[in-house]
Amino acid sequence: MGAFFRNGLDRGALAVVAILVAAAILVPVLNLYVPPGSAFHLPGHLVPLFGKYLSYALLAMSVGLIWGYAGILSLGHGAFFALGGYAMGMYLMRQIGSRGVYGNAELPDFMVFLNWKELPVAWWGFQSFPYALLMVVLAPGVLAFVFGWFAFRSRVTGVYFSIITQAMTFALLLAFFRNDFGFGGNNGLTDFKDILGFNIQAPETRAALFAATALILALAFVTARAVVASRFGKVLVAIRDAESRTRFLGYRVENYKLAVWTLSAAMAGVAGALYVPQVGIINPGEFAPENSIEVVIWAAVGGRGLLVGPIVGAIVVNFAKTWFTTGALAPYWLFALGGLFIAVTLFLPKGIVGTIVDGWSALAQRRSSARAEQGVAPSEPDGPPGGELKPSAAEQGA
Amino acid sequence: MNERARNSVLYLDGVSVSFDGFKALNELSLVVEAGEMRAIIGPNGAGKTTMMDVVTGKTKPDTGEIYFDGNVDLTRMDEASIAQLGIGRKFQKPTVFESLTVLDNLDLALAGRRGPGEALFGREAPSAPARLDELLGIIRLGEHRHRKAGSLSHGQKQWLEIGMLLAQEPKLLLVDEPAAGMTDAETAATAELLREIAKTRSVIVVEHDMVFVRALDVKVTVLNEGSVLSEGTLDHVSADPRVIESYLGR
Repeated sequence: MGAFFRNGLDRGALAVVAILVAAAILVPVLNLYVPPGSAFHLPGHLVPLFGKYLSYALLAMSVGLIWGYAGILSLGHGAFFALGGYAMGMYLMRQIGSRGVYGNAELPDFMVFLNWKELPVAWWGFQSFPYALLMVVLAPGVLAFVFGWFAFRSRVTGVYFSIITQAMTFALLLAFFRNDFGFGGNNGLTDFKDILGFNIQAPETRAALFAATALILALAFVTARAVVASRFGKVLVAIRDAESRTRFLGYRVENYKLAVWTLSAAMAGVAGALYVPQVGIINPGEFAPENSIEVVIWAAVGGRGLLVGPIVGAIVVNFAKTWFTTGALAPYWLFALGGLFIAVTLFLPKGIVGTIVDGWSALAQRRSSARAEQGVAPSEPDGPPGGELKPSAAEQGA
Repeated sequence: MNERARNSVLYLDGVSVSFDGFKALNELSLVVEAGEMRAIIGPNGAGKTTMMDVVTGKTKPDTGEIYFDGNVDLTRMDEASIAQLGIGRKFQKPTVFESLTVLDNLDLALAGRRGPGEALFGREAPSAPARLDELLGIIRLGEHRHRKAGSLSHGQKQWLEIGMLLAQEPKLLLVDEPAAGMTDAETAATAELLREIAKTRSVIVVEHDMVFVRALDVKVTVLNEGSVLSEGTLDHVSADPRVIESYLGR
């Protein structure tokens, strides 16, 4: 196990982890301990906003893991994110207790409103935080496992697979919109009071939630790095490059796809669980197919061939979205997003990070050949930061 | 099952496959002995590639029996299980993992466990580095070991793929048009390599290039319209009037 994780930690990966750990420390400190008058003070409303960016970053990385390495394009990852979010939301609803509008200690407000007399089975156990955490991973994980088991065994690939993932998230959207489905209908779950006994609105809680998000993102990144750096990761790339060749080498492709697909869905669920307490609401809108497509755009903008690409992409695009949609340009955001996707596809097929990394290695190559021309023995060219695999041009689903 | 089947490495009897009414294989029967190298020739559409597909599990036959090593029924197995049994396949178009290095391509092909758990947490076999060096020597790609396979020349990719097949340590090797797109020198070297390989395992070569088949100097099976037209030495089949009519004479 130790060797497994050490495998994934090269120089570039350590840098990413260091940045995330620094953010986990700096953001709370600048918000809580630097006085509001100071130029270094971080306003309170930015803390959950940054936390939201990082949970989106985790979601985008989970998409990058399967898209960039195994060539599986999911247009339904928003569903796993939302399921994780709902699991966390259910815990938070149960914490409200008798402080709800109707003052019912057992039932959340919407159930009282619907005249329900007892807690549905699906809600049992959610007063327990560990149980809720388990469900955050299990609900999306089991759905992904069952969905993937059928899809990969039937050898559904490429665009057909992408289309059924859209259908999956759309079906869940319709189900969750119904009041009698038991998860709050179109209002979803909101009006949360506290988490683990701490007021969810308090600056300290928000700072802690941000720090948790940054650290969990770092942990998920290291795990994903270790996966792609292992022999398993090489088999994934082999499947992406030449699926039938991989089968004829004796690898059961569907098992590999199912494993990484389920891992990715569980990561998306964790992202959703981090998102909900910081945003304060989860509703069926999170299942909307366009949400899942947007995640794919983040991954493409950042660069799907490296795990750090989707992280950067999610942060950059969502920062731009916040900036855009709070000004006079708000009505044009979707045009900007669409334009960005087209521009990246045409001019930066490897995304922002992929292009920078390529430039870096080209520069290193040139330096080493320049040294060689000056009569110095050529050394191995410096690897790019991260040293990860680059996507081939002929990726499926591109 | 008869005596012949038990002693063979590959035994096909009455195998038929049809696609939308088109009979790609029509009652094909073929026996390859252990340690034998066999060349299979035939015009386009004769069923050569379909024959490889049914043997390797890519296509399921409609009727007929296929046995490997005398007693293993291949019609019930998928590609991965058949590959693990020891049947390697080389495609017509060189198919390597373009974004992995030459070394990683060979490493993934090395005989061993194939499960995801093993791949995730397992350790490299101690014998692997030496075996990889040996393979790199055989396919003459030693100095290119750290290059991405996608940047190799066409001929080098063909050799890398052959190297991957050797790494699998198959008992039976199916090779689809190995000389396609190669220079004369590469073709000669490939024929030599295949003869070398055939010393320790059975090989089936599908080929169009008659010069290459002659260089292999082995028993030839001529396929036409999904079944065997003629079988014997190259000179024997070349003299067969049915072969001349359907193929060579055109």
